[in-house]
Amino acid sequence: MITLDHYLYLSAILFFIGVFGVLFRRNLIVILMSIELMLNAVNLSFIAFSRYTASMDGHVFAFFVMAVAAAEAGIGLAILVMLFRNRRTVQADDLTLMRD
Amino acid sequence: MESYLWIIPFSPLIGAAINGALAILYSHKEKGPREEIISFIGCAAPLASFVIALMIFIRMIGMDEADRILEQTLFPWIWSGALNIEVAFFVDALSMVMVLVVTCVGTIIHFYSIGYMAKDRGFARYFSYLNLFMFAMLTLVMGKNLPLLFVGWEGVGLCSYLLIGFWYSDIYKAAAGKKAFIVNRIGDFAFLLGIFVVYVATLEHGAGTLDFPALSGLVAAHPEAFRGVATAAGILLFIGACGKSAQIPLYVWLPDAMAGPTPVSALIHAATMVTAGVYMIARLSFLYALSPLAMGVVATVGALTALYAATIGICQRDIKKVLAYSTISQLGYMFMAVGVGAFSAGIFHLMTHAFFKACLFLGAGSVIHALRGEQDMFNMGGLSKYMKLTALTFLIASFAIAGVPPLAGFFSKDEILWSTFTSSLSPGWLPMVLWVVTFIAAGITAFYVFRAVFLTFYGKKRLTAEAEAHVHESPSVMTVPLILLAIGSITAGFLGVPQVLGGSNAFHHFLSPAVGAAEHVTHAVQGAGDSVQAIGAAAHAAKEAAAGGVQLSSYTGEVLSEAGGGSHGGSHGLEILLMVLSVLIGIAGILVAQAMYIRNPTLPESISRRARGLYNLVYGKYFVDEAYRETLVKPGYFLSEKVFFKVIDVWIIDGIVNGFGVMARGFGTVLRLLQTGVVRTYALFILLGILYLIYRMVG
Amino acid sequence: MEAVAFYIIAAIAVFGALLMITRRNPLAGAFSLVVSLIALAGIYAMLRAELIFILQILVYAGAIMVLVIFTIMLLNLREEELEEPPAGKIKTLIILAAVAFGCYGIIKVLSGAPDEVPRVPENFGSVEKVGELMLTSYLYPFEIISVVLLVAIVGVVLLAKKVI
Repeated sequence: MITLDHYLYLSAILFFIGVFGVLFRRNLIVILMSIELMLNAVNLSFIAFSRYTASMDGHVFAFFVMAVAAAEAGIGLAILVMLFRNRRTVQADDLTLMRD
Repeated sequence: MESYLWIIPFSPLIGAAINGALAILYSHKEKGPREEIISFIGCAAPLASFVIALMIFIRMIGMDEADRILEQTLFPWIWSGALNIEVAFFVDALSMVMVLVVTCVGTIIHFYSIGYMAKDRGFARYFSYLNLFMFAMLTLVMGKNLPLLFVGWEGVGLCSYLLIGFWYSDIYKAAAGKKAFIVNRIGDFAFLLGIFVVYVATLEHGAGTLDFPALSGLVAAHPEAFRGVATAAGILLFIGACGKSAQIPLYVWLPDAMAGPTPVSALIHAATMVTAGVYMIARLSFLYALSPLAMGVVATVGALTALYAATIGICQRDIKKVLAYSTISQLGYMFMAVGVGAFSAGIFHLMTHAFFKACLFLGAGSVIHALRGEQDMFNMGGLSKYMKLTALTFLIASFAIAGVPPLAGFFSKDEILWSTFTSSLSPGWLPMVLWVVTFIAAGITAFYVFRAVFLTFYGKKRLTAEAEAHVHESPSVMTVPLILLAIGSITAGFLGVPQVLGGSNAFHHFLSPAVGAAEHVTHAVQGAGDSVQAIGAAAHAAKEAAAGGVQLSSYTGEVLSEAGGGSHGGSHGLEILLMVLSVLIGIAGILVAQAMYIRNPTLPESISRRARGLYNLVYGKYFVDEAYRETLVKPGYFLSEKVFFKVIDVWIIDGIVNGFGVMARGFGTVLRLLQTGVVRTYALFILLGILYLIYRMVG
Repeated sequence: MEAVAFYIIAAIAVFGALLMITRRNPLAGAFSLVVSLIALAGIYAMLRAELIFILQILVYAGAIMVLVIFTIMLLNLREEELEEPPAGKIKTLIILAAVAFGCYGIIKVLSGAPDEVPRVPENFGSVEKVGELMLTSYLYPFEIISVVLLVAIVGVVLLAKKVI
């Protein structure tokens, strides 16, 4: 018997794996992918709640999240490419312009 | 007609704004704006106020005596909790008299100024200030509540400062303006405290209010409760009046205020602004009436000032200074009148004084104008040959101030003296003493005024060569106002001919709805003496008399008109006797002056040589200025330089300010450590924040 | 049966995610993520979210990940550019503690959620039904999302141009 809690634990685990990725990795591509993973974890919560409350609103939200994720990925990767062209690096710690 | 009330004060304000704008626009140009335009705007504004005031007056005369009150509320001003103050104008009989005097004399002096200030570089600025003054003064006398009165009070003070220091490039004149401002500030501080006291007292007895009608009703409802407040607030407010109206000990600014242009001295420092204190006490008569102590203080200070300033006037050489001390002295009379509860007599004298003193000042201005700024009377003499109109009007006004019947000053001064003589001030000897003091002052007044007349217009000519070349009669724009004011000095008195002389005292009758109740209360309270029962009875009488607030029942009105007719305890015979006495002392003063300055011009010299010490004391104005400098100003300088500047400002104030800077830099240094500039660190902070939120949700 | 399927798919998803954040080479990480995302699509199917299942495969596992992989290949990072210095010990401890606490908190918050699987109609989560919802109740957000995507397209084109 799979309850809502199961899905939510899975969602939480995936989310914190994403958090780990963002905080520990320095490679900007991996960071971006970790963010995608976090967004997916949230989507999972939406879908699970949708199923257990028998309402399809969560599906619509998941759709919106996907759209935003697509936009974010597109922009993020474009910035990444520009960054690499100009600075020859994709390491987050090399980018300290805000401090200097 | 009520909806036109606001035009009276605001018309001069608009004039001030236009002329002020012109003055600013032309301030960098070589030539000022055209004088015709400025004088048209400057004179039309107060004239419009005067016309509307007249229309309202005519309307008021037609109204029932009990409802002679016009009100107009413009907008809410301070609206906070229990304190609700509106910008509202309020005209009853008392305000009406003041509005008429201010606008009438004001308009005449505006016209006079066209001639006096002609070709002055600050022509536009002058008219702007003068109109602004009219606005402030009219706000003062028409304001419905104490704060609005205070706004006008401060406004006239500001304009007075601006106009005294009008020729600010002269450092002595600028300093005179500063002196007036600072001395007034002392009084205004007490005045403000007085307002606070009144407000707190009203809060304790029902609704907090500062509106005059509501205040008067509240005081009438709780006369016992307001007795203590009346003393405290009355004395505080009177200190404010001392500053504004130049009474002992705050009179010192008025003689110096003569540094301003002469029409200003006539309008502000003789006819209108300095009488604001008298108006204020009459306006709050319902409050003052409850406190015999405050009234006694007012009357005593007034009488002392009347005598004191008159004695200084004897020895002055500067014609404007003589008139300045004369003004202080006459203001003393008015304060004594309101102090003994004869409010309508005080206001009556205020009105007649406005005419004859303005006439004297403008006459002096005409002389100064003709002599190119010469003010020393010992460099004048014999001018009546050259300036017939000026001399004639000056003479009329001098007779008026000396109290020669049937001119204006006779009726008003006599009413004051009679009211003082018959007043019920305690202790019982006080009215008599006050009467004697002011009786002597009346004689001295006649003497010093006619000394000025003889020195200026008669006797030997002592002109300097330069002045002699210029001496001429003033243009008609200056002499016509003189004639108008002289006519006023002759006729104003007939408004208040006492009943003993067969008159009806119309002025007193007109004012009785506004101040009659308070006059009644004064006599009831003061007559009660010290016994507890009597005070209770008096308070009860006060309650009854004031039950209608400012509106007096016809019964009380009758009682009052009888009282006004001389039933305070004196007989008609006595009144006539006192009248004759005061006329005699006035004439005696004139004759002495004539003897000293016309028949035997060497006499004053020999007298002053024989009584050298006394002469120096009086000529030096009793060295009050010097005493103030030593006892107040110098310690003040010391305190501000050595304590407030060197210690409090440099160490404490600057220390606090610098401390803030140091503190901010310290915090910045610490907080800077958090700003790593690495985005992932910020992500970590966000995470910690979210975890805290989760913790709050769980816990 | 259902429980077995859930645990297998969930294990694949978690395993793929863990691989993604631990691979030094981003390309390996990207492929691990694709595995994880496809596993998630399976979960969606179990939850009867037909439309989202399809979109997950097409948009996420397909389009977005292809974009990522293309970018990685475009950058063609050299070996030394992939070197990452290890994280500090204190920071690691903070993050681990935070995550542990976060998991605990989420569990606490979620306990008490409904256990019953409600009966839903046959076409729950179908393209038709969700589309209907999107074009009625959620019309405005839907339109706004279109604008967001448009702006994103314009932005990407601008950013990726060689010379600005």
